[in-house]
Amino acid sequence: MKRLLLLGAALLGLAAPFSAHAADKLLNASYDVARELFAAENEAFVKAHPGVTIDQSHAGTSKQARAIVEGLEADVVTFNQVTDIDFLVKNGFVAEGWQEKFPNAASPFYSFPSFLVRAGNPKNIKDWSDLARDDVKVIFPNPKTSGNARYTYLAATAYAKEAFNNDPAKVEAFVTKIFDNVPVFDTGGRAATTTFVEREIGDVIITFEAETKSIAKQYGEDKFEGVVPSVSLLAEFPVAIVDKVADAKGSRELAKSYLDFLYAPEGQKIAAEFGHRVHDEKVAAEFKDQFPEIRLVNVDDVFGGWKKISEEHFAEGGTLDKIYGSR
Amino acid sequence: MVHARKGKPPRVGDNIVFRRSLLGIVLVLVALMIVAPLVVIAVEAFSRGAVYFAESIADPDTRHAILLTVITALIAVPINTAFGVAAAWAITKHDFRGKRLLTVIIELPFSVSPIVAGVAYLFVYGLQGLFGPVLQSMEIKILFALPGIVLASMFVTAPFVARELIPLMQAQGRDLEEAATSLGASGWRTFFSVTLPNIKWALLYGVVLCNSRVMGEFGAVSVVSGNIRGQTNTLPLHIELLYHDYNAAGSFAAASILACLAIVTLVVKVALERQGAGRVQRPAALAGADSIIPETKP
Repeated sequence: MKRLLLLGAALLGLAAPFSAHAADKLLNASYDVARELFAAENEAFVKAHPGVTIDQSHAGTSKQARAIVEGLEADVVTFNQVTDIDFLVKNGFVAEGWQEKFPNAASPFYSFPSFLVRAGNPKNIKDWSDLARDDVKVIFPNPKTSGNARYTYLAATAYAKEAFNNDPAKVEAFVTKIFDNVPVFDTGGRAATTTFVEREIGDVIITFEAETKSIAKQYGEDKFEGVVPSVSLLAEFPVAIVDKVADAKGSRELAKSYLDFLYAPEGQKIAAEFGHRVHDEKVAAEFKDQFPEIRLVNVDDVFGGWKKISEEHFAEGGTLDKIYGSR
Repeated sequence: MVHARKGKPPRVGDNIVFRRSLLGIVLVLVALMIVAPLVVIAVEAFSRGAVYFAESIADPDTRHAILLTVITALIAVPINTAFGVAAAWAITKHDFRGKRLLTVIIELPFSVSPIVAGVAYLFVYGLQGLFGPVLQSMEIKILFALPGIVLASMFVTAPFVARELIPLMQAQGRDLEEAATSLGASGWRTFFSVTLPNIKWALLYGVVLCNSRVMGEFGAVSVVSGNIRGQTNTLPLHIELLYHDYNAAGSFAAASILACLAIVTLVVKVALERQGAGRVQRPAALAGADSIIPETKP
């Protein structure tokens, strides 16, 4: 009995470090497929700042935002959805105007929905218009459940808006045609990759360019090739200091220098190595061969901002429902 | 029984074709649903070679995930075992008001989806929840730390031990305990000398089930863990993380460890059973109830 009690006490002791506070320690709450990227970034940052520890948490960013509001003490967030940081603003964890606090709307690197086709591009897929062809099968997850697929939906819509001069009926018909070419809607990006790679369904998978590179790396660069369309939608990877937590912990300074590091040449280079496009001109020039030219449009210019998008497109009965429901 | 032959009713097993095809179906299903996935885990785990496998396991985050899962089980399983035995004892050996309600409450976690349990914990212990602000002012961290993980695991596995014990203890009735008490045995002595020997295999089975479920629990833990790698990532969460990272080999390596933990549990159970098999009757004799063993009950 006594020994049991001792064991219990020892185990409780193990729990203690979890609640320890220290300003030489940061918790970065990040999105779910960024583990390797931030493992590399953190290693480089710690090398430059000896004695510092960066802890990482990864999950879908909506879940992360909710967890922070419920008490996950993240000093910084590195998300892949602007709207999830807005959720933190609404709950008083991040101060308004966070996008002005770091360069490029607080997005140290960026990507966009791009294509990955089978080796040799047998169906000759070059642009969004090819996805609406009768003989092409397209893979991307369900936009109702996947943030990644929402970008795909918006990028296809942005292309159609230009191609059909903003004619809503024609835009809708075009995007519907692409949706009709999707044989299975998986719930998330990872499942869609399995469908495309392991079940060998579809001629092209649409996901972020960085992701297409990891898929090719994981499953064989000789089996797939990336195709960059003529135009796509800028996908930002927004970062912010979680003011409420950083102030409580006294970690603001360290948090700032950590996020600054993501903008510094070294941090940018690591991001580029993991397939993200970066703003630093020198680094961008160095990786020029891996990143074909593309014209990117952004959410504000094409759609008038995220708020409008969620009202017009993603709300119940919105455009997405019409298109997705028509199948 | 219209076609009964010479007073012998036909039985399912009489027809050899039927018997074999039934056996065949079972074997195929077992192969497809249990053996094949386990083999795939092993094959995929070593798909990049034994060295890569060893490296995956040696990764500090993976090691920590294994440790965290074992610690969680070491805390949650004993508590749930004590709870389960106490609950089963109370329900089957005593009469009191609200007994049925208690039975229902104990079984509730079975019918609640683990993810719902996790979210419920958020609403109770989260910053926006019932006790969150109080806990924060006292600097007690429950969510996104070990206590939250243990609590969520305990909630999900609370019924396992009680569920195994209650039917057995009900069938065994109260005669032995009443006899022991009337002979002057104390409550504790009655429990350890009379009740425990009779329920120990069911108890062991309950503990094994509880343990495997604690180690494998994903949904509820996923909500309350905070997914901090090297800190609050349990093994199942870590496996998912690696899988999402396109690190299939690493993910399967971690999965094989989880499978091994389950197998270790089973081996321990079998070993205990073997060891105990020879002495099954002795504790009953201690209580002075030599000939009374469970099957004497109608």
